[in-house]
Amino acid sequence: MSYDTLRHFADSWGLVVMTLVFVTLAAWPFLPGSARGNARAATSIFEDEDARDG
Amino acid sequence: MEDDILLRSGGWFLIAVVAIFAAAAAADTAFAIHMGIAAAAAILTAFVSLRGISLLQTRSAVARAQERYDDEVIRWGVIATVFWGVVGFLVGIVIAAQLSFPLLNLPTEYTTFGRLRPLHTSAVIFAFGGNALIATSFYVVQRTCRARLALPGLARFVFWGYQLFIVLAATGYILGVTEGREYAEPEWYVDLWLTIVWVAYLAVFAGTILKRSEPHIYVANWFYLGFILTVAMLHIVNNLSLPVSWVGSKSYSLFSGVQDALTQWWYGHNAVGFFLTAGFLGMMYYFVPKQAERPIYSYRLSILHFWSLIFLYIWAGPHHLHYTALPDWAQTLGMVFSVMLWMPSWGGMINGLMTLNGAWDKVRTDPIIRLMVFALAFYGMSTFEGPMMSVKSVNSLSHYTNWTIGHVHSGALGWNGMITFAAIYYMTPRLWGRTRLYSLRMVNWHFWCATLGIVLYASSMWVAGITQGLMWREYGDDGYLVYSFAEVVQAMHPYYVIRVGGGLLYFIGALFMVWNVWMTIAGKLREEVPMTGTPFDPARDHPLPARAPAAE
Repeated sequence: MSYDTLRHFADSWGLVVMTLVFVTLAAWPFLPGSARGNARAATSIFEDEDARDG
Repeated sequence: MEDDILLRSGGWFLIAVVAIFAAAAAADTAFAIHMGIAAAAAILTAFVSLRGISLLQTRSAVARAQERYDDEVIRWGVIATVFWGVVGFLVGIVIAAQLSFPLLNLPTEYTTFGRLRPLHTSAVIFAFGGNALIATSFYVVQRTCRARLALPGLARFVFWGYQLFIVLAATGYILGVTEGREYAEPEWYVDLWLTIVWVAYLAVFAGTILKRSEPHIYVANWFYLGFILTVAMLHIVNNLSLPVSWVGSKSYSLFSGVQDALTQWWYGHNAVGFFLTAGFLGMMYYFVPKQAERPIYSYRLSILHFWSLIFLYIWAGPHHLHYTALPDWAQTLGMVFSVMLWMPSWGGMINGLMTLNGAWDKVRTDPIIRLMVFALAFYGMSTFEGPMMSVKSVNSLSHYTNWTIGHVHSGALGWNGMITFAAIYYMTPRLWGRTRLYSLRMVNWHFWCATLGIVLYASSMWVAGITQGLMWREYGDDGYLVYSFAEVVQAMHPYYVIRVGGGLLYFIGALFMVWNVWMTIAGKLREEVPMTGTPFDPARDHPLPARAPAAE
């Protein structure tokens, strides 16, 4: 693949794919029903732990 | 078990022998010295692993250990972070003083600014920051995954291997061994060694995530993993080079010209983005909620912060090459992505700060929270300043001036330094099983020394940078430049002296930390007036006497 084709691929389809992947990943935690999982994850660091410091 | 230890020890002896042969055949003195250091380290490791035979644990002791987190290597990491921090800050003061008073370069090449400057940057970024990242990542990943470190032997190799990398890099700079690539100065054989250590680091970290007993991977680990993976990629690509001799300390890059420059700044800016930002955000997302004792403001925002940072940062590097031979479209791309980065950065800052929503009084009563809030404020400030400086018209004034140095230090001293100090103060009493830190008031003194130091540093460099930029571009009526280069250098003197003062204050703050951490480890508790009293006045604590009924 020449530099020129790579460059044109990068700023057309490459860019579209990257944008789609990004939007999907960023939208993931906003899906309906994910609020409980998020709250659970955010508070998971407070469940009993300090007793086991090595 | 004994056979295993003998095999491992024998392996290290073999490596030592190879290193000794390499030292004997060396093409230059620096390579010989480095192979000597490597041989000494290998022999030491061989002896230490032999000692393992007499330390073989009983089965019940091994089983008991399984009930606790593997914190030994984290304790070493805390001590190493504090030690390298002090070394790095001190060298920084020395080179700041050299810029103010060039006589201090001393009449030997080993102590010149050019050789000590990479020593300072590597000591603070890779030795202080790197050890803090390794130690905190091992601390956080175990606790958020509810699992002991995977591959405990390899974790110890990561720690000591990383220290060897630091020693080889540092001695190399003094000896004049450098690739001349900013923040990637170590030569090819040191790069190879770091690659081995880094892959081992990835194995330990990812292995621990794989054996987690918690279904969800907490967001701090996402940031740490993003940092480890991306740094591996950056390090390998930017250091693709061919050595002149397999027993010599000089190599040449595989790239040339503007491609080489772009590769270097793709690396250089992402070292900031992934080493100094993503990694330290991992620290932020664990230690800030823990110290504040309330969950992160928005978990959704933290995920959005993560993906936006990952997708945007990697394109921002070309803003280091504005108005150079780099194609114009690439410069614009770098600028646009840098400006877009402002959004996730401030999203992250807001997420951290808003975690304190409803508990803002802690800023007054808890100096560790104060360090964290200050760190987040400086994260926000420098991630606003950076995009602004990446805009071409601003860059034409700021580039190559002290403004850049001021920007870097408001990020490094303000954000990276303060969040690391906070994490160290959080971990130390827990790692050594103490009821509290030796002194909370000393944390407060550290905070104020460091804050004043940063203010002096940043403000003097802003003024210096803008002065410098304006003087360089000043044309007279005759169409000639008004100032010669040396005149601009002379104008910098007072700002350079103020900068030394700022650095000294920051250093004094770090000395308070050394004392505090030392005494905490020793198990001492300083008797002091607590940070908050309990306001109570018994004279006023009584019901009002019954009022006489009003006369009718």
